[in-house]
Amino acid sequence: MELAVVSVLGADRVGIVAGIASVLARHNVNIIDISQTVVRDIFSMVMVVDMSKADIDIAQLRKELEEEGRRLGVMVGVYHIDVFRYMQRI
Amino acid sequence: MRFDPSEIGEVLEMLLFRELDIRAVTLSVNTLPAIRPTVGDTLAALEETLEPLLKRLRPAVERVASRLGVKIVTVRLAVSPISIMLEPIGKAEAAVEIAKHLDGLAEKHGVDMVGGFSAFVHAGVSRGDAALMEALPEALNSTRRLAGFLNVASTATGVNMDAVRAAAEAVLKMEPHAAARFAATANMPEDVPFMPGAYHGLGLPDAVVNIAVSGPGVIEAVVRNMPNADVRTLHDAIKRAAFKITRLGELVGREVAKELGVPFGSVDLSVAPSPKVGDSVAAILEAVGLPRVGAPGTLFALALFVDAVKKGGAMATSTIGGLSGAFIPVSEDVVMAEAAREGALTFDTLKSTLAVCNTGIDMAGIPGDAPPDAVAALIADVMAVAVALDKALGVRLVPIPGAKPGDVYDLGGLYGRVVVMDLGKYRDIPLARRKGTAPPAVERLKKG
Repeated sequence: MELAVVSVLGADRVGIVAGIASVLARHNVNIIDISQTVVRDIFSMVMVVDMSKADIDIAQLRKELEEEGRRLGVMVGVYHIDVFRYMQRI
Repeated sequence: MRFDPSEIGEVLEMLLFRELDIRAVTLSVNTLPAIRPTVGDTLAALEETLEPLLKRLRPAVERVASRLGVKIVTVRLAVSPISIMLEPIGKAEAAVEIAKHLDGLAEKHGVDMVGGFSAFVHAGVSRGDAALMEALPEALNSTRRLAGFLNVASTATGVNMDAVRAAAEAVLKMEPHAAARFAATANMPEDVPFMPGAYHGLGLPDAVVNIAVSGPGVIEAVVRNMPNADVRTLHDAIKRAAFKITRLGELVGREVAKELGVPFGSVDLSVAPSPKVGDSVAAILEAVGLPRVGAPGTLFALALFVDAVKKGGAMATSTIGGLSGAFIPVSEDVVMAEAAREGALTFDTLKSTLAVCNTGIDMAGIPGDAPPDAVAALIADVMAVAVALDKALGVRLVPIPGAKPGDVYDLGGLYGRVVVMDLGKYRDIPLARRKGTAPPAVERLKKG
């Protein structure tokens, strides 16, 4: 599995999950885990996704998700799972 | 491997809101195979040695940054000490030509800085050293990306007062942007990723990748969240944060080395500030409990911080290198610069911090007409501590023409705003004109 973490942060509105998920689905990126909350109208979502069957690389995925984020008015970040593996596991 | 949402959240917070990034990826290259008897041949051979790697350096770093999603602030090159390459030529004009050529190569390949315009003169000056020393002011004044140092003292040999004097005089001939790329140093290690200390050491393979981490904002947030913790609990929390910061450096270092097909060298455990707000080492010290950095307690706070950073970092990487301590370059740290402007931070305070950190006196402004005696004597003071305590220290002073203490000069970029500090009232210091090399301390005898 080629895992990445997608983070989404911004003002809550209808369609954020759908917008982000549709970009992932279009490129055959599978959502493994998802955690989402809204605190005081701030929407926050973290996804762990599997890119091993994706038709694009992580840089291209980031570009497309950032574009979708701009459309939705939220901030999107895409990170390789190794960053979390290195910083949180010995 | 599953991650708790709070673990992911912690890393995201560090990356998104605490300015956690990789300060520098430094490719260190052995350029000694390019030594030739004439300057023309040397330039051609240098290019032949460096270009194949330089062509791939920035693209490799960008690929890694993009894949991981982590910001890498600067891409740097370190070469073998240019003084060695000048041995067969022995001319200052050649040194200036090499300097300009390296600067041009760096610009062409998107390399932010080149280190290694340096000489080791702690026990005396060779033919190549002399050429480099003579060329230093012109070489740095006429370039933008080149950096260098003169290693004027070592634990093994003592303090070379002739070289101290030469370093002081060279600094006073430099424009501010050039002086910011030069330091007088003691005991420089071979794998420093930070400028102006970076050079390719004699004990290294042909090429290695060294990493400098950043991340004061991460540690400041940790400290601010624990206002009532006792010092040992605080130390432990800083240690854990330092571990995580250093792990990111280890990951990036391994990945860039793999991309370039060269060995991974080391991670410098130092936490380095930048002029951005929220990226300050001084702010950490104030969060530990100082009204202003420079107040009584500064040394204790710094010592606590440095020890925690070293202990946390030591487990995070398999190869520790560089200077590994706390960096407190005055201009590059907004809170430090402000404290200097207010007079809370003086040269005396900075001299006392040498005992517990590994920077020395770094990025402090002095008046452009500062007396050479006072500058040389200040360098000699720092070198004496380095020899007595057997540590790597440096002095990086920036002379500002026409300025007086309290004035501020903006160098721009990562260098920040230089505050001109008071060198004291003594213009005439006969000691700074004495020649010769002070003997090493008894520390030397421990090595046999």
